[in-house]
Amino acid sequence: MRRPEPLAWPPAGVAGARTGARRSPGRLLLQRFLRHRLALASGLLLLGLVAAALAAPLVAMALGLDANAVDLLDRFGPPSAAHPLGTDELGRDVLLRLLYGGRVSLAVGLLGALAAALIGTVIGLLAGYAGGRTDAALMRLTDAVIALPLLPLLIVLAALDYSKLGLPGGLMRSEQGSLYVILMIVALVGWTTVARLVRGATLSVREHDFVRAARALGAGPAWIMGRHILPNVLSPIIVATTLSVGNIVLTESVLSFLGLGIQPPLPSWGNMLTNAQDTIWQAPALAIWPGLMIFVTVIAFNFLGDGLQDALDPRSGQH
Amino acid sequence: MLRYLVQRALEALAVLLLMSFVIYLLLGLMPGDPIDLMASGDPRITPADIARLKALYGLDRPLLERYGHWLAGSLTGDFGYSRIHAVPVLEVLAPRLVNTVWLMGLSFLLACLIALPAGVLAAVRPQGWLDYGINLVAFAGLSLPSFWLGILLILLFSVELGWLPAGGVGTVGGGGLGDRILHLILPVLALTLLTTGRLIRFTRGAMIEALRQNHIRTARAKGLAPAAVVLRHAVPNAMIPVVTVLALDFGSLFSGALVIETIFAYQGMGKLIYDAILGNDYNLALVGLLFATLLTLLSNLAADLVYAWLDPRIAYAPA
Repeated sequence: MRRPEPLAWPPAGVAGARTGARRSPGRLLLQRFLRHRLALASGLLLLGLVAAALAAPLVAMALGLDANAVDLLDRFGPPSAAHPLGTDELGRDVLLRLLYGGRVSLAVGLLGALAAALIGTVIGLLAGYAGGRTDAALMRLTDAVIALPLLPLLIVLAALDYSKLGLPGGLMRSEQGSLYVILMIVALVGWTTVARLVRGATLSVREHDFVRAARALGAGPAWIMGRHILPNVLSPIIVATTLSVGNIVLTESVLSFLGLGIQPPLPSWGNMLTNAQDTIWQAPALAIWPGLMIFVTVIAFNFLGDGLQDALDPRSGQH
Repeated sequence: MLRYLVQRALEALAVLLLMSFVIYLLLGLMPGDPIDLMASGDPRITPADIARLKALYGLDRPLLERYGHWLAGSLTGDFGYSRIHAVPVLEVLAPRLVNTVWLMGLSFLLACLIALPAGVLAAVRPQGWLDYGINLVAFAGLSLPSFWLGILLILLFSVELGWLPAGGVGTVGGGGLGDRILHLILPVLALTLLTTGRLIRFTRGAMIEALRQNHIRTARAKGLAPAAVVLRHAVPNAMIPVVTVLALDFGSLFSGALVIETIFAYQGMGKLIYDAILGNDYNLALVGLLFATLLTLLSNLAADLVYAWLDPRIAYAPA
């Protein structure tokens, strides 16, 4: 992440001379510090969150608790040694549920973003490289998906009875079933940004001489797309995917909050807030923690994406 | 220009028609159809009765035939009856649409009034302190989970301070205009905060791009006052993409409105659709979703037109 100072181009003195004395070296340093350190701090924070979520079973062992253990005699408990963040409306430990919920929410965010990026990359490459009618049809499809009122349709998709489509009903009703459905839904609607970016980048890369040379040497379209174009369009994919993780975490949490995403007792940060509004008078803290986790995660992914954009695409920055 | 308009309108109409079929198809995949629901609530209904009822409502017909029947009815203005409300669908819909238009319209106006000046201010001195401050606020707005923001506002203004009502559109059995406005404040505030972040980021980006143009350098070089350079020479150019995004965003505001309406028990279209889907009220859900689609398509159409009007090169470019 750290930039090697002596190699920075143009050298600080030249940049200063060109833009005038308005930007002193100290100020430049401060600007770099604020901009990239924010992304760096976000990355570290996210690593910490992932580690904490992975360590959830260890924390459960250390506390001697079970995340799903209901204790109706200890509802809305205040923070204590046994329950560091207190207990919820069923007497379950809030800290443990936050950690286990983090596993679900982060997994949906990361896997969903990857799946969406995969779909978007394939569609974008095909549209950009094939051109003509394929391009027109795929881009019309992309425009149509972008133009839809997303949340109401997502609610419909989440409420469907997938056993009517011939999918195994037992699997769909299992605890993990809602996880698969959510992953499919977010991937299904999340690919549009990547598809557009990849198409745009492909259009310009395919005109380069090295692509023409590869074609002259007898390379097939699949080889050219995978070997020559894909590596050159990776940076917009990385940036867009990072930014989309935040959006997917938001989408999952909204659907789970509305009772249509991750189904309890499997905790997610979204469904932990489903009952928070009803119990807001007795236990306001229950309404704070899961939302704060979502907010921090999403803003960290947004900062990280912004930082990556500046680092990977210097032209997008204001120099 | 007229040809362009007609072409875009026809495309939107085609998407609407396609969506009506897709939604019709999806609603058929929802768990439980109306007759099964009726039968499960009344043990005296025999399988023969069920078959008779299904034949009466045409539910034994193939899907395409049912859809054709629905389409023919809706073209004459007959959208069927709502199962929950037991009145024609349009009668339920109309007052809800008015409420939602108020909510979305006010939030949109407020968001523009905040985001446009903020974005311009941030762009005037990129990387300055003001820019960092405004950017932080924008990122926070982008990353807030809508439902959590709603819960927080209720927690602060209704539970802690007791200043504003926690939900509804008005006090039951009374209350005039003032009462209605009191009930609008929190939902409008929430929706505004959710929209501003994206708009600020976009306005800032467009302004920075506009300020980089050569004619700005010329204006500065001839000694024009900095404020005049920004307001007279940069802002009008930056507004072309911004206005387009504004129009696009008005449609996507609907997703946010759905969540906000649900949290604040605000009787609008979003909550209507959500309740209809959860309550197996298929006629209502179908028409509600189509209205939401229409709203989004219209705002896309408006965006296209505004863009073509502000930048005449667009309309004459080959599609």
